[in-house]
Amino acid sequence: MSEKFDIVVLGGGPGGYVAAIRAAQLGYKVAVVERENLGGICLNWGCIPTKALLRSAEVFHNMKHAADYGLVAEGLGFDLDKVVSRSRGIAAQLSGGIAHLMKKNKVKVFEGEGKLVKPGLLSVSKDGKKIADIEAGDIILATGARARELPHLKADGDKIWTYRHALVPNTMPKKLLVIGSGAIGIEFASFYNELGADVTVVEMLDRVMPVEDEEISAFAQKSFKAQGMKILTSSSVTKLDKKKDSVVCTVEDAKGKTQEIEVDRVILAIGITGNVENIGLEENGVKVDRGHIVADEWGHTGVKGVHAIGDLTGPPWLAHKASHEGVIVIEKIARDKGHKEIKDLHPIDKGNIPGCTYCRPQVASVGLTEKSAQEKGLKIRVGRFPFIGNGKAIALGEAEGLVKTVFDAKTGELLGAHMVGAEVTEMIQGYTIARTLETTEAELMHTVFPHPTLSEMMHESVLDAYGKALHF
Amino acid sequence: MAIELNMPALSPTMESGTLAKWLVKEGDVVESGTVLAEIETDKATMEFESIDEGTVGKIFVPEGTENVAVGDLIAVLLEEGEDASVLEGMAPGKTAAAPEAKTAPKAEAAAPTKAAPAMKPLGEVGPFPKAKASGDRIFASPLARRIAEQNGFEIADIPGSGPHGRVIKRDVESFTPAVTAAKAAGLPSLEGDAPFEEIKLSNMRKTIAKRLTESKQTVPHFYLGVDIELDNLLAARKELNSMSDEYKISVNDFIIRACALALKKVPAANVQFGGDVMRQYSRSDISVAVAIEGGLVTPVIRGAEQKGLRQISDETKALAKKARDGKLMPEDYQGGTFSISNLGMMGIKQFQAVINPPQAAILAIGSGEQRPVIKDGQVTAATVMSVNLACDHRAIDGAVGAEFLAALKTYLEHPSTMLL
Repeated sequence: MSEKFDIVVLGGGPGGYVAAIRAAQLGYKVAVVERENLGGICLNWGCIPTKALLRSAEVFHNMKHAADYGLVAEGLGFDLDKVVSRSRGIAAQLSGGIAHLMKKNKVKVFEGEGKLVKPGLLSVSKDGKKIADIEAGDIILATGARARELPHLKADGDKIWTYRHALVPNTMPKKLLVIGSGAIGIEFASFYNELGADVTVVEMLDRVMPVEDEEISAFAQKSFKAQGMKILTSSSVTKLDKKKDSVVCTVEDAKGKTQEIEVDRVILAIGITGNVENIGLEENGVKVDRGHIVADEWGHTGVKGVHAIGDLTGPPWLAHKASHEGVIVIEKIARDKGHKEIKDLHPIDKGNIPGCTYCRPQVASVGLTEKSAQEKGLKIRVGRFPFIGNGKAIALGEAEGLVKTVFDAKTGELLGAHMVGAEVTEMIQGYTIARTLETTEAELMHTVFPHPTLSEMMHESVLDAYGKALHF
Repeated sequence: MAIELNMPALSPTMESGTLAKWLVKEGDVVESGTVLAEIETDKATMEFESIDEGTVGKIFVPEGTENVAVGDLIAVLLEEGEDASVLEGMAPGKTAAAPEAKTAPKAEAAAPTKAAPAMKPLGEVGPFPKAKASGDRIFASPLARRIAEQNGFEIADIPGSGPHGRVIKRDVESFTPAVTAAKAAGLPSLEGDAPFEEIKLSNMRKTIAKRLTESKQTVPHFYLGVDIELDNLLAARKELNSMSDEYKISVNDFIIRACALALKKVPAANVQFGGDVMRQYSRSDISVAVAIEGGLVTPVIRGAEQKGLRQISDETKALAKKARDGKLMPEDYQGGTFSISNLGMMGIKQFQAVINPPQAAILAIGSGEQRPVIKDGQVTAATVMSVNLACDHRAIDGAVGAEFLAALKTYLEHPSTMLL
């Protein structure tokens, strides 16, 4: 006996549950299949719990610098278990919130593992036993992704961690090696470094956070080093040798020179791979390329009624990209069914997805870097404004940072914005809106920014691109 | 008594328009026929003439004002002997309650009571985004405006694909400036040593220039020619016309009816191309080109497939007279689905016509003349007329055009089939 729905979503992460809500809003009968926790990695094992940990690290940092603010803080310390349990509590609270949202929107949640049987039919099983068959004309695959591992770089959950283990550490590492300096690697490096671990970051490319603007990368790298992190760029880990109480890591640089670093914990942050296994893809002709489903700009897989969104479909692996795709895939389905409410539907503009990293200092960016703009052959104007020139930044005691803007010299289009420093993750949306609305430098210059705020630097950076910066 | 000038209704569907330009200023003396202002609707700029004489006392609505509602007070003329004191209490937009106040414009005086045509030209509604009201606010991103400006494009010419039709960067980048280029290319510097007289273009001439330039530059024309024997038709016409003096059916009347019936039979030729949609009409509204002083107009015989030759003949004559007298109303000439241009009576053997957008086809008709034809291996004489169909290839393919012409040929060569 199967249950009938209009739309079923496989995976209750930020792509899946948002798709389900949007579908319910449009009047469809919707089900979500989730094998673990509603909210997915983002909410349970990613974005949110790491932000909770990093907040603890930030407060600890401020406490250590209490004297700078004329405050007295003595007997400083931390209880890692409590830091972690706060993080877990927040994840649990929010996951409960998603359950409430599903209920409110009358989305039926199946707890179990879903598998595509054929277009229009999904089976759900729990602990190896089939618990339901779900019929739905449209099936949205949103099973997300997980940490990538390599034959010589495999997590064991004990001494060699992925982000999942690093979120619930079995010990506070004294010496930690982080492999990979993307957002995930750098955030954990930042967290454990702040709590006193001796952290080494190994990056294969020639700079940390290689997707960011080179200048921002260099700025952050300098700051991390000043905080005591060791950064090994153009290097790779060729071997992890587990000892009784440690791991000996062989690190090879670009010239082939190797060194051995003995640490008590290793975090693997060498990328992400889609959860494409055991969900019925091959049997149904859904194309998979390098660990990700191949879908078109609307999330369609090419198999009738089968769609895919989010991390499962490839980079950028970001919750906000998945959520946005969740809305688009549903609206596209609705439009194809002739739903009258759908207007102004466009595929996601991948050039306008902001990225945020919550290390200290924070990094946030959107659009083209200076170098990528040049590589496109564009004539550009670049504006820069340092935190040291901003009154609010100094008052906060956060005078380290940079706001950089890249404009098309001919049209005045804001091609990209790149920031490093306190709270930049909260500011990047301003430039993202500017890009969505296609403002030129003129409208940004005409905009009155409130004083005193960090956001004034966004204004000044634009002014600087045109030689008009006022405060530096 | 001061004469109130109210916003005229320039077409039966007009609710408001833009007061584009004042051609008089306060204090100017005007007489009947003086052009007071230019009023823009979404379709055209029309001149607003005075039918009274007097002095312009007060202009209430400044030029460039958009969305002026029909009937709003826009200015006041003072009659001889009056001074500005009579203006007290008058306010823009509202018509003072003077019952004997005359409305000035011809257009409004002749306000039609006839219902608006059921079908609107494609450009007027629906998703064909090109026809933007010249006075409407145009939603465009700052970046789109700047790139348009740098390329010399008019932002109003660019269809928007952003939210609510907002013009965004990609629209400008993908824009092919056919019309804009025409503007630049269409205004060659005039030179030549021969003595000349400069003739100011009438609005009609400007419209013809604009629309036909646009047509030739944006509509991919192709042409299909066919010869049609008229002997049977001429015999039928002679017989019909000999039976009464009350009417005189022309060959053209037969052609209008035959076209209408052929469109009914081949509806794929009765279409308009609208960007991402097409319209296929189920009624044949035939636009008939009529030459008038200084240009031509195309009054429409609506639903010609349902009208007899007599009615078509009467309507055509009435419309042609109205056209020559300059009394054609917009609903007389707007919204045809197919055009006919006949130069046969002027001795033209054959020609090719320019499509009148948004229509997708026009039939060019040459003269009927005695020509040798071969029948059963024998050369014999027949009255033959060459016609040429210009088609918009975006909407009509060659086979459809050929099918239409075949149907037309059958109707005209065997006129009794038009009775079926």
